[in-house]
Amino acid sequence: MKSVTHYLKRLFLLELFKGMGVTGRYLFARKITIQYPEEKTPLSPRFRGHHALRRYPNGEERCIACKLCEAVCPALAITIEASPREDGTRRTTRYEIDMVKCIFCGFCEESCPVDSIVETNVFEYHGEQRGDLLMTKERLLAMGDKMEPQIANDRASDAKYR
Amino acid sequence: MVTIEIDGKPYQAEAGAMLIQVTDANGIDIPRFCYHKKLSLAASCRMCLVEVEKAPKPMPACATPVMDGMKVWTRSVKALAAQKAVMEFLLINHPLDCPICDQGGECELQDQAVGYGKDVSRYAEGKRVVFDKNVGPLIATEMTRCIHCTRCVRFSQEITGLQELGATGRGEHTIIGTFIEKNVASELSGNVIDLCPVGALTSKPFRFAARAWELQQRETIAPHDALGSNVDVHIRRNQVLRVVPRENEAINEVWIADRDRFSYEGLTALDRLTSPMIKKDGKWQATDWEKALAYAAEGLKEVVKKQGSQAFGALASPTATLEELYLLQKVGRGLGSANLDHRLRQVDFSDQDDAPLFPYLGQPIANLETCDTVLVIGSHLRKEQPLLNHRLRKAALRGANIIVINPVDYEFNYPVAHTLISSPATFVEDLAGLAKALWENPGTLVPTEMQKLLGTVSAKDNHKAIAQALRTGKRRAVLLGQLATAHPQFAVIRALAAVMAKLSGTSLGYLGEANNTSGAWLAGMLPHRGPAGLPLQTIGLDAHSMLTQGLKGYLLLGLEPELDSWNGAAALASLKKAEFVVSFSAYRTPTIDSYAKVILPIALFAETSGTYVNVEGRWQSFTGAVTPPGEARPAWKILRVLGNLLDLAGFEYMSSEEVREELRQQVGEKRPNNRLAWKIPSSLTTLAVKGLQRITEMPIYSTDALVRRASSLQKTVDATLANGIHIHPQLASQKNLSQGNSARVRQNGATLTLPVVMDERVPQESVLIYAGQLANLELGEWYGGVEVSAA
Repeated sequence: MKSVTHYLKRLFLLELFKGMGVTGRYLFARKITIQYPEEKTPLSPRFRGHHALRRYPNGEERCIACKLCEAVCPALAITIEASPREDGTRRTTRYEIDMVKCIFCGFCEESCPVDSIVETNVFEYHGEQRGDLLMTKERLLAMGDKMEPQIANDRASDAKYR
Repeated sequence: MVTIEIDGKPYQAEAGAMLIQVTDANGIDIPRFCYHKKLSLAASCRMCLVEVEKAPKPMPACATPVMDGMKVWTRSVKALAAQKAVMEFLLINHPLDCPICDQGGECELQDQAVGYGKDVSRYAEGKRVVFDKNVGPLIATEMTRCIHCTRCVRFSQEITGLQELGATGRGEHTIIGTFIEKNVASELSGNVIDLCPVGALTSKPFRFAARAWELQQRETIAPHDALGSNVDVHIRRNQVLRVVPRENEAINEVWIADRDRFSYEGLTALDRLTSPMIKKDGKWQATDWEKALAYAAEGLKEVVKKQGSQAFGALASPTATLEELYLLQKVGRGLGSANLDHRLRQVDFSDQDDAPLFPYLGQPIANLETCDTVLVIGSHLRKEQPLLNHRLRKAALRGANIIVINPVDYEFNYPVAHTLISSPATFVEDLAGLAKALWENPGTLVPTEMQKLLGTVSAKDNHKAIAQALRTGKRRAVLLGQLATAHPQFAVIRALAAVMAKLSGTSLGYLGEANNTSGAWLAGMLPHRGPAGLPLQTIGLDAHSMLTQGLKGYLLLGLEPELDSWNGAAALASLKKAEFVVSFSAYRTPTIDSYAKVILPIALFAETSGTYVNVEGRWQSFTGAVTPPGEARPAWKILRVLGNLLDLAGFEYMSSEEVREELRQQVGEKRPNNRLAWKIPSSLTTLAVKGLQRITEMPIYSTDALVRRASSLQKTVDATLANGIHIHPQLASQKNLSQGNSARVRQNGATLTLPVVMDERVPQESVLIYAGQLANLELGEWYGGVEVSAA
């Protein structure tokens, strides 16, 4: 009996028509392709992209050089040097993230006691020269300044789940 | 011995010992804050509460003496609950600023809060705030973090003896401070940084520099005091970031002096030299090692060929390692010269043939504290050797008689039984009087020539009192300090000290100078003795003659002779006149530029492997912790290659250990015998001085090139005091001088204007001028007549 049905299926190319049916359905269905970069997918507020250093509303940098992010970083991508600033407060003199080493695990953000280092939803960046992907303190702060509304918004919308 | 039971296991303990001592000895962990094994008991933090059988309440382990049959539980429900409650109390007022606290990661409170505290805080009220104090350039304060363990207060009372810190107020209002706004000026002050269990007292030079978990620890030996204190250097990314003590009960116990703790700052001084420099056609140029060493070897050969080998001399700092000193003397002797020396701060070498194998303390360091009577001759001991002074302080507090003979009435941080202030000119007279006073029945103890010399001397009443004191006590010692060694009649002083030691039956010792003075003697960095103290046929020039007579060629190792030697002005003039000077120096200064032809950058403390021999003759080897900056290299390697380039035999060493072993075999079991090593002087004449006598002391933070560049130490009270001319207020008013004004000072034809410092310690017929200062360099000799007038 089994061999008979098998024979009939082969004779009438049933499998082929089934497959063509799928093709035909998608041919007329609504398309989900995104026309990147003109079009973009929505991102979760927890998206872990390019890092940024944040400031307080009064413009003071948040980072206090506690070095917890440096200690927790599994890829050893963060390098910090610190010393007293003129006003005696503890500040970094060097804060670097090597984006080539970074694995975007988000531990730095989790360990930060002052919500200074964060990962933004920016994932579109590139380097053309050696060193372009070594993010210095100035570049990270500039990123923070630029992205602050987005960063604050993302943190606020995710706050109730933390 | 008693038997006690801790956590169900029996332990043997000394009767009367505290419970915490027994648990510490057996590796049982009990949390504590106020208890420290070197300090008295406060029992104030209550963190070490444990359950004791039959005791109604938990008992503090630090203040509970053990008793036979005692049963203790350290981890019972009751004990843990008590510890948890105490922890909660301690955290009430402790700020949660661990992220910005330098102690974070190595904090006893942090560790114990994790180990013994609760995981959540119930405290929501406001916390206490205490304003910070400025206690000087070495210690940073954050007094809000203080938990009132009073370790620092007890340290300042019991160890430094200066009572600089204290607690005012009660309960929550207790504040630790300096009572009045002033700096903590003790030479041991840095130890409170280690003692503080929280981040209230931290290191100022190290402030915010690194976290404990970033640092790597390397063992080494401290580069300044004659004890060879054991230290750990903490490094990160090939840079020394701090120095902390390593416990060694026989040497430094658990302390180190500030000089050893903070001198690492000199490693990164701005004038650090990172590539070899040669001067060609009157112009300095940086070059590579090959060219620089070839140039140096060529120049040295030429000096020796043209002017003869006796026109060449080598001088070394006694802070160099044993291997470096041994190789340097080998190079010097290989070139045919016997002009080798490291004793730049000595001027009287007349009895050098009779000197001991090396300036030996006369007993192990730890034994000093068991002495009953100690006579200290010519030493500002607190600043010369802070930790030897601490041993004597322990002896003095036990009831020992400390007798001091000094040109200046130096402050001691313990009771001194007798003080005899004697100016440099009358120093020998007073010592002779003292020897005479001890002379009841000299018999065969004193050679007849010496007896003849002392025959005409008469003892004064104060001499007799001191002699009486020196005869009492079971363990006694006579110790010679740096002010005696630098005295122009050192040979006579040594002889008289030896006679006194013999007459009173005490041991004779030297308080040491630099970290490796003993090593320099053993390595043969001397004009009259080879390695291991072997006497020589031809005797070369001593350091003072080399620098005053003037040679054609010099080889300097780790020196700034203008600051390091007994007559800086003459040294500088001789060096400038020389044809070819090779300086092994870690730093490049305008002064070195003015006389040298070649400057070879050398590695410093913590950058090189080597050995130091301390004042008790202990050999302590260490390895480099970091690599030297730039092209700088360990001096032993440079000397080894220089030996090859000079075609000298026996320079095939592959490691510093080989050099050490070669010397070690020559030294064998030789030990110095201070009591036999002295020479009968020809006369006991006192020196004639015109005008005021100059007293010279090498200040604690100017002793060598490294510490002179330790910027934080240079801001301390001790360093700033070294400026100017110190003069007794009465003498000053006679001369119309007042504090802060300047005085015109004239010595040996040189005139300088120096700020006046009123100093009641200085006797009226003298002035105190510190050595090692560029400002008064031109005055020259450490001893002599000085004219002072208002500027």
